[in-house]
Amino acid sequence: MPIERITTIEGTALPLRGDNIDTDRIIPARFLRAISFQGLQEHLFEDDIAQDRNHPAASAVYRNASLMFVEANFGCGSSREHAPQAIRRRGIRAVIGVSFSEIFFGNSVALGMPCVSVTNDDARRLIELAERNPDTAFVLDLSKMRVSGAGVDVPVTLPSAARESFSEGTWDATGLLLDRFDQVERVAARLPYLHWA
Amino acid sequence: MAETLFKKVWDTHTVRRLPNGQTQLFIGLHLIHEVTTPQAFDMLNARGWTVKYPARTVATVDHIVPTRDQRRPFADLMAEDMLAALERNCRAAGIKLLDIASGAQGIVHVIGPELGLTQPGMTIACGDSHTSTHGAFGAVAFGIGTSQVRDVLASQCLALDPLKVRRIRVNGRLSPGVYAKDVILEIIRRLGVNGGVGYAYEYAGEVVSRMTMDERMTICNMSIEGGARVGYVNPDDTTIEYLRGRKYAPQGDAFETAVKWWRSNASDPDAAYDDEVEIDAAAIRPTVTWGINPGQSLYVDERLPHPSDAGAEGRSSIEEALAFMGLRAGEPISGTRIDVAFVGSCTNARLSDLREAAKMIRGRHVAPHVRALVVPGSQAVRAAAEREGLDQIFTAAGFEWRGAGCSMCLAMNPDKLEGREICASSSNRNFKGRQGSPTGRTLLMSPAMVAAAAVAGEVVDVREVSRAD
Repeated sequence: MPIERITTIEGTALPLRGDNIDTDRIIPARFLRAISFQGLQEHLFEDDIAQDRNHPAASAVYRNASLMFVEANFGCGSSREHAPQAIRRRGIRAVIGVSFSEIFFGNSVALGMPCVSVTNDDARRLIELAERNPDTAFVLDLSKMRVSGAGVDVPVTLPSAARESFSEGTWDATGLLLDRFDQVERVAARLPYLHWA
Repeated sequence: MAETLFKKVWDTHTVRRLPNGQTQLFIGLHLIHEVTTPQAFDMLNARGWTVKYPARTVATVDHIVPTRDQRRPFADLMAEDMLAALERNCRAAGIKLLDIASGAQGIVHVIGPELGLTQPGMTIACGDSHTSTHGAFGAVAFGIGTSQVRDVLASQCLALDPLKVRRIRVNGRLSPGVYAKDVILEIIRRLGVNGGVGYAYEYAGEVVSRMTMDERMTICNMSIEGGARVGYVNPDDTTIEYLRGRKYAPQGDAFETAVKWWRSNASDPDAAYDDEVEIDAAAIRPTVTWGINPGQSLYVDERLPHPSDAGAEGRSSIEEALAFMGLRAGEPISGTRIDVAFVGSCTNARLSDLREAAKMIRGRHVAPHVRALVVPGSQAVRAAAEREGLDQIFTAAGFEWRGAGCSMCLAMNPDKLEGREICASSSNRNFKGRQGSPTGRTLLMSPAMVAAAAVAGEVVDVREVSRAD
């Protein structure tokens, strides 16, 4: 298994205002017409950027960001893993926001990209800090469950299972799911509908 | 002990508790399509894993298929590539593929139920967020991403956290002109687009009990638009009669055995819920979305909101939505001019949806400035509609009658909005750019409302149209 423990992520942050930013906006459907995830980062937020010349994802000052700050219900809508793939391939290694859609959250875990939650006020403060000074260095520390930078130091939350997956390096689940295959076969044997055929 | 359907199904499918505290859950039925799977097969192959239960996976093609000319190779070479990859992967793994030549192709959430693949008490997964549709049968059905598709192919399992259960009872009776689509839009408006995060929604109450399976599917389909990854209805006589005789449902004595087990999965009458919501059906009116998420909706006889109606948090959302939609606060939504009318999608492209739309246009014609299309949910729906002559009604009224697929719901095929066109759509998402033009605009509504809008050339109250007959 590709074991990589994820505990601390440091770097500058890309701030993105707005609730309910859906996965169609993160990566429009026309870019899903491909059989690999390669190059998706080129089209991250493409349609939003085309309509907003000041979109932070288009700004050179955030080009090297390794964190992204968002608001509520980020990643809602389509289950397309292309969305977190595009974000991750752009160099973002963790997303910090008020809340995330469940499918987006799970897809991000599977890529080793934590999505951690902060309060509304803290999300706003972090976004403002990154807007005011794009060079601000932030640290997301999953062992202390805090994010800090520019004198701000606030708590973050992450469901315990995801937290453990990152700290133990077991966020890629397939290996675990295959570990005790005898138990899988036992469940298959007892499920009535597998045997009606 | 009294339990919910969710808990029962979860427990029967639990393999073990994983070290991180999640549950390893067996997936009884895995549905796949061309868009979210090629990378999953590649990851599988790269690690030397094989598909463990190929008989528990069924494939079809829906997202990228053109609906006008479906001859191979497709004109869109990227679409052709994706189809070829799916064919290759299914062949290598021994997975059944219901392709265009099969006569059973269609939107994955339409064909699963109509073929009897979807059954009560199952766990179902598919790399598509509208997998919640299958919950209409009393299955627990999850939309998943590509890495999880890989997990299911490799192990027939997912690593998941259990959900809480919220029962939503829709009581009383729906008024004429009010459809399942209006009920789910009402639920989303009331509970919010993220109100369901962490929950499975159990839909119940007199209205849901009286609903057909098609209507229940419409409701469960849009659970995800309310933030709930899973939505379901307890199996009952309606469910069982729907399944009887379906191709992949158990036959003969096995069917009767199955019925007993299916019924045993229903929530017990005294089961406890994490939350309960009651909705009075009589208060629901025909609903239209006006904004850029499915929670931004109005009754068709209401006026657009003012940003000042909302608190500080909501204000910017309303401003952003009005600006994108080019609509003005305080104006009625009714009378909004449309450019395109789309009847289709996994939400509302079943035979009963097509019938309701056809009723609205029989003997009428689409307004001259409106481009209108009907995209049946499956080849079987299309054939059944043609046997009833619905295609004739649609084409006589000026609608295009297309082949089956996802089409303009997400516009991965040639069916797209152009520029700032406004579309009256029976689909499920009004996100910015969703229908293929970055500045295109979507008004979600029931298929009957779409048909009525197509004829009027603007948003109209379906109840007015019916009364005029």
